[in-house]
Amino acid sequence: MNDNIMTLKYCVSPEDFTRAGEASSDTKNKLKKMGVPPEVVRKVSIALYEGEINMVIHANGGEITVDITPDKIIMILKDIGPGIKDINKAMQAGYSTAPDAIRALGFGAGMGLPNMKKFSDEMDIQTIIDVGTTVTMIVNL
Amino acid sequence: MDKFFHSVYLDPDLCMGCINCIKRCPTQAIRVQKGKAAIINQFCIDCGECVRICNHHAKLIRYDHLDVLENYKYTVALPAPSFYSQFNNLDDVNIVLTALIRLGFDDVYEVGAAAEFVSAASRKYIEDHPDKWPVVSTACPSVVRLIRVRFPNLIEHLLPILPPVEIAAMLARKKAMEKTGLPEKDIGIIFISPCPSKVTYAKSPLGISKSEIDHVLAVKEVYKELLPHMKDAEHVVMDLASSGKVGIGWGSSGGEAAGLITDNYLAADGIENVIRVLEDLEDEKFTNLRFIELNACSGGCVGGVLTVENPYVAKVKLKKLNKYLPVSLNHLLGDTPSEAFYWSDPVTYEPVFRLGENMAEGIAMLNHVEELCKIFPGLDCGSCGAPTCKALAEDIVRGNASENDCIHILRRQIQELTNSAMSLANDAINDDTTADNYIFILKEYIQKLSSEISLLNNSEGRKLPEDTHKF
Repeated sequence: MNDNIMTLKYCVSPEDFTRAGEASSDTKNKLKKMGVPPEVVRKVSIALYEGEINMVIHANGGEITVDITPDKIIMILKDIGPGIKDINKAMQAGYSTAPDAIRALGFGAGMGLPNMKKFSDEMDIQTIIDVGTTVTMIVNL
Repeated sequence: MDKFFHSVYLDPDLCMGCINCIKRCPTQAIRVQKGKAAIINQFCIDCGECVRICNHHAKLIRYDHLDVLENYKYTVALPAPSFYSQFNNLDDVNIVLTALIRLGFDDVYEVGAAAEFVSAASRKYIEDHPDKWPVVSTACPSVVRLIRVRFPNLIEHLLPILPPVEIAAMLARKKAMEKTGLPEKDIGIIFISPCPSKVTYAKSPLGISKSEIDHVLAVKEVYKELLPHMKDAEHVVMDLASSGKVGIGWGSSGGEAAGLITDNYLAADGIENVIRVLEDLEDEKFTNLRFIELNACSGGCVGGVLTVENPYVAKVKLKKLNKYLPVSLNHLLGDTPSEAFYWSDPVTYEPVFRLGENMAEGIAMLNHVEELCKIFPGLDCGSCGAPTCKALAEDIVRGNASENDCIHILRRQIQELTNSAMSLANDAINDDTTADNYIFILKEYIQKLSSEISLLNNSEGRKLPEDTHKF
């Protein structure tokens, strides 16, 4: 095992709002424990939480991998959901395709992807309709 | 004063070494070592949960007694609003205040009165600082201590205003000096506290370098002494009360927020609920909130571990007492700007839970923790003296415990040794030419076994960090 890297893996359950946020919360606590500066912890936990909620709402869950190194934190969120039809629209603040039932729970305000972009230093989205989406976010230290 | 001073301590004669307190502690600050509980100073936030849970009454709280009144020429009692809620059928706060005078105090200054100044100053601060919304209350010292060690991103949201008890102490001393002409040292400012958290505050405050409070008495102790004076006080009631609905309301959860005259607030009580709110706040899950009131005790200050009445009954009594009072009797005037009540010392992050000196070290240590967690049974049984398997793993990585502190691992090792000894013995029986050799090896195994078993009786392997005390 490489001692200079820590890899965290999480399985995100679909449509389970009571468990949504477990991955970001566990990552947040581990980052704090290893002495990552508070402002970096904040960026990672908000970006990751938004991504995690997206996976629950839109994509029947999926897998999250977080690689932590002394230089940067790389988050890979992979799902086998419906894919994103129009990335440009999805990146607009307030644009949402979430069903009314989910919006009634206070989610799906259309701020997910914009916030992920805002709180990460680099973001890449690979999406194929009916195959799935992989979002990679990097936060530098 | 030590920045990690604590008011809770242990009576080792009463401690049975059970695991109730280590399981209940919200910051995992307690370990059982050699059959006795010990607190890790840096982790403790003085919430008093361990005092509440200890069936053997082994956790004690260091507070002062009424004999401290003799040390001063003039004494002022500062009763917390929660104090009034301890008495049955009380319809006038003046009866309690008069009884305090009859008990031996020269004057009283209600913490509730000072709380109304804090409410007024808070309203102004919140109005002037939308960038800090939601502002988090700082009246409960345990909450401030918790944020200081666990929520660095929330420190900027803390309301930088001194708690009501400090304002009460400052104003009471000023008033006493003006009234008597005595020097500062002859005046004793004595707070009657519902909790150990505020005892700790008085000795080692946050937000100010030194508190004006000279001594802290426990609500439960003064209550007992005051009862005989209450009957007499009813016949000669003095007009001493100076707090309104807002001030007295501070005694229970939601009271502080109610004094802010805004609907955009949240009030959480009970330390586990407080932690949950802080976690969510850190993840920016709350929108449109201006203020968050947090109390470590369930029910608010009326739930303090130094009170006698059931917190929910106490809450009803406060409400009844409040019914016919004016909203507020203490207002900020031109000569007391709200800035006079602000913190003089900022609160800064203390990363006490951190592993390693730098991030590379932290990553390596946390990887080690994860590896250890895989070999532990994950039962969180507490037999090792740590609250969870993960906490034991962190203790090991910090160099304060060993794998053999886990009785499940120790049992596995003993099992393996026993199996080897047994197969050796079988071999010796089948092959009598070299029996002497086998007996020698067997003897070695038996020695190993007995030294492992002795670990079960006396857990010498676990040691605690240097900054630890037996409460």
